[in-house]
Amino acid sequence: METSFDLLSNAVVSGVLLGGFYAAVTIGVSISFGMLDIVNIAHPAFIILGSYIAYIANATFGIDPILAAVVALPAFYLLGVAVYQIYYLAFERRGEEALRGLAFFFGLLFITEVILVLVFGVDYRLVEAPYIGPTLHVGAVDLPLRLLVPCLVALALVGGLQVFLSRTFLGRAILAVAQDQLALRLMAANPVRIKRIAFGLSIATASLAGAVLIVIQPVEPSIGRDYIGRVFAICVLGGMGSFAGTLVAAMTLGIVESLTATFYGPSWAPAVAFGFLLITLAVRPAGIFGR
Amino acid sequence: MTPGTLLEVSGLGKRFGGFVALESIELTVAENERVGLIGPNGSGKSTLVNCMCGTLRHEMGTVRFAGRLLDGLSAHERTRLGLARSFQLPRPFNTLSLADNLRVPLLYSGRHGGQPIDARCMELLHMVGLADKSDRLPRDLTQIEMRKLELARAMAADPRLLIADEAMAGLSHGEVDDILSLLIRLNGQGVTVILIEHIMRAVMHFSQRLVVLVAGRKIADGNPTDVVRAPDVVRAYLGE
Amino acid sequence: MNGTKFALLLMLTGAATFGAAWLIGNAYVFFAGYVVLQYIALATAWNVLGGYTGYVNFGTAAFFALGAYTTVVLHKLTALPIPIMMLVGGLVSGVVGLGTGYLTLRLRGAFFSIATLALAVVVQTLITNWNFVGGSRGAYIVRPPTAPLLGIDYIQYLFLIMLLLVVLVLATARAIERSRLGYGFATIRDDEVAAEASGVPTLRLKLLATTMSGAFMGMAGAPLPYYVTYLDPASGFSLAYAVNGVAMPLVGGTSSWLGPVIGAILLGTLQQVATVTISSALNLLIVGLMLVAFVIVAPNGILGLLQDARERFRRPFAGRSQA
Repeated sequence: METSFDLLSNAVVSGVLLGGFYAAVTIGVSISFGMLDIVNIAHPAFIILGSYIAYIANATFGIDPILAAVVALPAFYLLGVAVYQIYYLAFERRGEEALRGLAFFFGLLFITEVILVLVFGVDYRLVEAPYIGPTLHVGAVDLPLRLLVPCLVALALVGGLQVFLSRTFLGRAILAVAQDQLALRLMAANPVRIKRIAFGLSIATASLAGAVLIVIQPVEPSIGRDYIGRVFAICVLGGMGSFAGTLVAAMTLGIVESLTATFYGPSWAPAVAFGFLLITLAVRPAGIFGR
Repeated sequence: MTPGTLLEVSGLGKRFGGFVALESIELTVAENERVGLIGPNGSGKSTLVNCMCGTLRHEMGTVRFAGRLLDGLSAHERTRLGLARSFQLPRPFNTLSLADNLRVPLLYSGRHGGQPIDARCMELLHMVGLADKSDRLPRDLTQIEMRKLELARAMAADPRLLIADEAMAGLSHGEVDDILSLLIRLNGQGVTVILIEHIMRAVMHFSQRLVVLVAGRKIADGNPTDVVRAPDVVRAYLGE
Repeated sequence: MNGTKFALLLMLTGAATFGAAWLIGNAYVFFAGYVVLQYIALATAWNVLGGYTGYVNFGTAAFFALGAYTTVVLHKLTALPIPIMMLVGGLVSGVVGLGTGYLTLRLRGAFFSIATLALAVVVQTLITNWNFVGGSRGAYIVRPPTAPLLGIDYIQYLFLIMLLLVVLVLATARAIERSRLGYGFATIRDDEVAAEASGVPTLRLKLLATTMSGAFMGMAGAPLPYYVTYLDPASGFSLAYAVNGVAMPLVGGTSSWLGPVIGAILLGTLQQVATVTISSALNLLIVGLMLVAFVIVAPNGILGLLQDARERFRRPFAGRSQA
């Protein structure tokens, strides 16, 4: 009885930690899909790109993966700005985002993955850092640093973005673009410029998300696709663009997955995410925290 | 439902989140009547149309049409029963020719009689003066022609009740008269018409009865000349 | 040209294709030709949903592999002729298409697309965990040397079957384009609210399109185990199907049945020729780059480019002013 309670509490705690990580992975999509209405299904591919940047920095120069991701943030921001510029000119402005815009992001997802395969092959890559390995013990509950550090990084990322959005002029303009583009134009702000900045930010988060991903697990090019279901399920369930909602939804999925893995086996985890996504779409498309 | 009544809206309410868009709307339209519906921008006119036509679901109240309860029926089912509408902002099928735009309701409303479909498409295009452009795409049309196409498509569904949502906005004096005579001719053939319009000259000329919506409530309903003089209506339009 | 004539013409073209392959007398022609035909079926199936109604399915690999794995299951249980297995595979994929559509098609199109992406991952996970069909180790299918009844080489038999499927799928696609259903599909692509107001039962038509499209993909996948003789999840759910399913129709042009055919023949042949010289990953990279290039530069595909060129030819002075 006691052991199964320990098992349960451990599963819940690692689910919460996992959920924090999921929030970092999803926050970019909460911005692009939730706020800007850009269905960037290629986001997980950018995350994997972030993982490989962290891997190169770590394997070649011995730099801490998370530090490497912080250094790479501006480059990812610029990548996002460039992608949005193409997307805007080729699709959004022509009103063709539904079919061809989606195919464009699918193409990006695919090209990124194939290039990574061509350069690095399909072997799993991993990084080394002092916090990979040790585990804190609080009573019967284990807190592996490998999960705890990513969770803390994720919370800092989400918190930082929340402060940016609510406290700065630019941040409030991004929130306004999500609500009402016309009002923004009346404020004499250019919605396309604001969207470009916001999309750049969303891709910048992929740098950090990628680094924490490779801290948590070894990475190979195709695992990005495993995250598509999770990421969009969390985004929708979290109410499309609400950061608090994203966090709670991510933790919920993390706990459910962790419980499933503990009591039924880890190979079922992707099915849980998909079930989550389908149930969310079928029952409550506005999300738990939807307006 | 009293005999001769075609449409009966009772206690209809619609909210968007916390915002009350419509509150306990009562509206009855008799067979073959011409009703004008006016109100300031944002007063809920289009929301009312959308609730009656099934484009939006309302939370409270009922809509009856030709003796049938419409609640729960989807928009296409209502079209098939004979309730057609035009959209305030024209929504043509952009990849289909003008003739094919009209072919869709002829094929799908299930209200088309024996006449060959091609002939009926051309007849409708003739009626709105677009016959020479039958094989063009909507993107080749002017805004005004787009409104005419919108109206023709609603008529192609062969409705018993036609709801024309601001079909005349942006049209010239002569063109307004064209559309008006078209609607009156249609009414003469037995079609009941609800006209939602800002152009008061058109509304007053057209309507046998005038309904006024302000802030999601019906504040007046009756003889047009009396209604426009009612203090409530004057206040709503001119401010206190 | 009416539907029957078109179907006859298709069959004649098919017979000529088979005859030509026979005359060349090289086994590789049938082997490579099968793959190109399979892609024509897949691309056309995708287009029934994607091109006609505008709903983007990213899960081509899942629907295709479901057909293939249905055959693996049937093969293990009982001996059935391949055409029957294709029907069953089509049924399974069609039902999965219907289910996915039923859960997501009331929402914006993007949600359907996301669901199909996730579906591809999950179906692959389930198959990988299912030992009966070989799990991650894969399954071996013993292929008879010659076909039943006809007595021809088995690869030729598979080629013939796929050719017949292509005839069926193309005849259906073209018939849809010219029918009441085709107009209904087009209105969904253009404006669903206006479609409903015109009496089009949009949800029902969308479900019909997803079911039909999924079923054809499943049928195209069903003979695969006999073609490869060894099927594992990595090959059944190959990225090649996922990206080609989307790239071929968009490169060829989505507005008519001919577009996916052009795209499939072009990209399919290109890949078959290129595999000899370059790696399959590089091959897929080229397909991906073509997909992105086409959606940006030529949104109506090769078919659109051809139509523009014909317009210019017909009215030679129309485009001069820019030159």
